Amino acid sequence: MQSETTTPQAVTVRTPQGEDGAQAPAVLLRDIRHDFGDLHVLAGLTLEVAAGETVALVGPSGCGKSTLLEIACGLQRPSSGTVAATPAALVPQRDALLPWADALDNAALPLRLQHVTRAEARRRAEPLLAELGLSGFERARPAQLSGGMRQRVAFARALLTGRDVLCLDEPFGALDAITRAEIHRWLAGALAVQPRTVLLVTHDIEEALVLADRVCVLSPRPARIVAELAVAGARPRDPADPALIALRRQALEALRAC
Amino acid sequence: MLSAVIVLALLGAWELYVQLGSVDELLLPAPSAIVTALVDERALLWSNFTVTATEVGLGILLALAVGLLLAVGLHLSKTAHRAIYPLLVASVALPIPVIAPLLVVWFGYDLGPKVVIVALVAFFPIVVVTLGALSSTDSELLRVLRSMDATRWQRLRFAELPAAVPAAVSGAKIAVAVAVMGAVFAEYAGSEAGLGHMILQSIPQLETARAWAAVVVLATFAISLVALLAIVERRLRATHSPTPRGLS
Repeated sequence: MQSETTTPQAVTVRTPQGEDGAQAPAVLLRDIRHDFGDLHVLAGLTLEVAAGETVALVGPSGCGKSTLLEIACGLQRPSSGTVAATPAALVPQRDALLPWADALDNAALPLRLQHVTRAEARRRAEPLLAELGLSGFERARPAQLSGGMRQRVAFARALLTGRDVLCLDEPFGALDAITRAEIHRWLAGALAVQPRTVLLVTHDIEEALVLADRVCVLSPRPARIVAELAVAGARPRDPADPALIALRRQALEALRAC
Repeated sequence: MLSAVIVLALLGAWELYVQLGSVDELLLPAPSAIVTALVDERALLWSNFTVTATEVGLGILLALAVGLLLAVGLHLSKTAHRAIYPLLVASVALPIPVIAPLLVVWFGYDLGPKVVIVALVAFFPIVVVTLGALSSTDSELLRVLRSMDATRWQRLRFAELPAAVPAAVSGAKIAVAVAVMGAVFAEYAGSEAGLGHMILQSIPQLETARAWAAVVVLATFAISLVALLAIVERRLRATHSPTPRGLS
């Protein structure tokens, strides 16, 4: 049962199950407000993400995108509003891998946290790394991997949490343009093989349009959604596609208007 | 290389200074006299060295164990940190010559009080360096662990401790010099053997060169110990830190 109460107090409901399980949104944020002291970060934001959908949150730097993601992940409670979300796995801005552990140990970390033995965790993580194009690098430590590969290990780690919702917090911000285009192609492929609900935070409108089914444009702080753009077509999309260029203009205009 | 040249120059000047009769040889023996004492008294020096080396070695091991535990404790509890950290800083100001006799009364003339004193002086740098490593764990990594519902123990076990263990050894490296001094003072307070004991005995016997020979042995020991801990630290960091083990 999905219990929801909208009170001035924040209410967090994990694992929503609607009357009809398949129809329940994977992430439901309703009227979320969040303040850090006098700083109003989120001003009544409502967002619904259906299971299997990829939604991108785009907005200027410091607008509260990451805070919103932390709320969706359950890392923070909003000042007020309702959160109903299945537990999510976080792919952080910097890959945040264990520097002393190899790729396999890093990917297998969530299994270790579930008290799986090291040998068994490594055995289970191995096929996934191969699937993500990292075979041959199982024993490489993060310092020996390229930025794109490290991000893929972080992605494998998120997948091995076994959670259906992935929260990607500007995961490709530190990568160069060529690697980024490459990892966009790769991510689209990976999500085709391992379908997940994805909440992607980025300040790059193009990245959002290339990857997401729906793009929510956030205003500067205090953030609210100023535009919602549905994007059609198979992923990854060509950023030079005229339809995408038109959507991009629309997003920029929405940002300029607020 | 350059430091070897400097040391040789200093030794030459020292030798010359004593040979020219500018100073009483009972006060400052010439380097050549010290070398002679080192050779002549090697059996005595060795047997006393093993005593002091045991004290220092066990003391540092004790300091590492207690220091690491205390650092983790202070890291986990803000209250403990607030309550104990100032005392820890104050403990550095404890003059060893004053507390050493007390410990001798408590623990007797043998190894016990020496190990405790060495641990006492060595453990402060270990705690400080370890605490620093524990609290500078990548915050993004801790955020990921929290998002995966890691318990406090798991965050410690998988993220914080692996960085803290090499840091503790690095703290011990810093502590070696004071640890050796601590052992000498502990022996001054009451002992039957050890290089500190030997120094204390040699001076009234007007065997200044022998006392200096003991100092040379102590210094060599301290340098070797620092080098050894540096190797251990490097080995630990090789499996605990971002330095690549040779890029493939």
